[in-house]
Amino acid sequence: MYEIIEGFIEAGRLIITLDPDVMTIAARSVIVSFVATIAATLISVPLGAAINFGTFPGRKGLINLIQTLYSLPTVIVGLLIFLLISRVGPFGFMRLLFTPTAMIIAQTVLVLPIMTGLTISALSGVDPVIRDTLHSLGATRLQFLINVMKEARFAILATVAVGFGRAISEVGAAILVGGNIMASSFMRSTRVLTTAISLETSMGNIPKSIALGIILLTIALGVNLAITMVQHR
Amino acid sequence: MLRRTLFTVAAVMVAFMLICGCIGTTGPETEKQQLRIATTTSLDDTRLLNHLSTIFEEQYNAEVLVVSAGTGIALEYGQRGDVDVLMVHDRAREDVFLADGYGINRRVFAYNYFVLVGPESDPAGVKGMKPEEAFATIREKGMAGESGVAFISRGDASGTHAKEKAIWKGAGFDYATEIQGSGDWYLEAGKGMGETLTMSNEKQAYVLSDIGTYLAYKGDLDLVTLVDEGDILLNVYCAMQINPAKYPDISSEIAKDWVNFMITDEVQEEIASFGVAQYGQPLFYAAQNDWEKIGVPQTEVKDPIP
Repeated sequence: MYEIIEGFIEAGRLIITLDPDVMTIAARSVIVSFVATIAATLISVPLGAAINFGTFPGRKGLINLIQTLYSLPTVIVGLLIFLLISRVGPFGFMRLLFTPTAMIIAQTVLVLPIMTGLTISALSGVDPVIRDTLHSLGATRLQFLINVMKEARFAILATVAVGFGRAISEVGAAILVGGNIMASSFMRSTRVLTTAISLETSMGNIPKSIALGIILLTIALGVNLAITMVQHR
Repeated sequence: MLRRTLFTVAAVMVAFMLICGCIGTTGPETEKQQLRIATTTSLDDTRLLNHLSTIFEEQYNAEVLVVSAGTGIALEYGQRGDVDVLMVHDRAREDVFLADGYGINRRVFAYNYFVLVGPESDPAGVKGMKPEEAFATIREKGMAGESGVAFISRGDASGTHAKEKAIWKGAGFDYATEIQGSGDWYLEAGKGMGETLTMSNEKQAYVLSDIGTYLAYKGDLDLVTLVDEGDILLNVYCAMQINPAKYPDISSEIAKDWVNFMITDEVQEEIASFGVAQYGQPLFYAAQNDWEKIGVPQTEVKDPIP
């Protein structure tokens, strides 16, 4: 019990004094997961729209598959990306293994299914009256898409928040393709909040783990608050 | 309103990334050579590697990127060409690795000893025994279901795990059939040395550790050294380059600098004195003058790579 209380006090100190080590790890986490979420959004929103409004054989099956992949294990994504970007792998020549870029790729792949799936739900949830109205008013394909997207914007925004949450909280892929490296330059290190918590706990640095954990939770909370605020306007 | 809020959020994020990007790329940073090292966990967990790489980075204007994993995984990274240098401690597998042409220019820079640590109560009563004898006793008592007798193995194909297997073999057991899965007394952690020590502490189990990691973690552990004498407990650390003939675009010059750096007098002294102030004894011994004692050729401790 004493250890836990002491841990929280020390954690508070690390956060209040903006401990440079803790802050760089937190900043790196946010950047990596933010970029991954943006990349995933750019892919999943058009993809989700195409699947939702498209008519092609196997559409139901594809949606089922995407929903199954919601629970894609992070270590499997890590392993897959590792095999692809390791030097002897097909993309090995790009020398991406153990870089933040590798972590961004892995997290993008990880959150793609859930973001695509939720985008489909968001778009299919748009009131059919609006869709009929748009059609009857003679909207072009593009105008139709833009307006439906506008209607579904809050739901899509929520999708982005879910994606970011999954990206920043995963540890399996980050450690496999990132390698938990602490280097002197910011963008070459691959230590993020989750991998650092795992390492510090194993090393017995409990206060630091707690501090990192609090920051991780705060970031998740902050993102959700921001999204909720926007949605309530 | 929504658009404005979103725009603000996006602007803040972009500004944040730009700032961080600038921090990351200012100054001579961009000209620095990168050196990727895959290391056994003990060198990283004890902070020795961190200490040495700081010195190296200053002297060579380089940036050292360390991936800490067991020797088995480190060798795998090396074989795939994902790193430039390996720092490992399993002579038998190193020899195979070198013979297969994946590694070149091995230099031995440090050594220490493995120790069998366990709960102070020593439920199997192995204190002071020979390593093989102690292992056999733990197995016997463990198989008999004596309470409190458990052994935690690294179980991760690391150098320490290889040593543990060698001791089981020396004690006359076949690892795969008589040890692994032979009962609840034998647990495989599948983790690094520090994590395995922490786990053994929680379960109050016996565990084989390199002395360096044990000393570095000792403050947080209720485990004591029970067996620390026996030739088989010798633990020899080496650094080697990944063969540029296999992977031509590897950073081989800086890798060579690193391996040579490890056997310089300066670094050998750093190794010998590392941790003395904090732990009251060295975590590692310098290999330079003890090559005969640890049974490696003189060339591997003295001769820099040309």
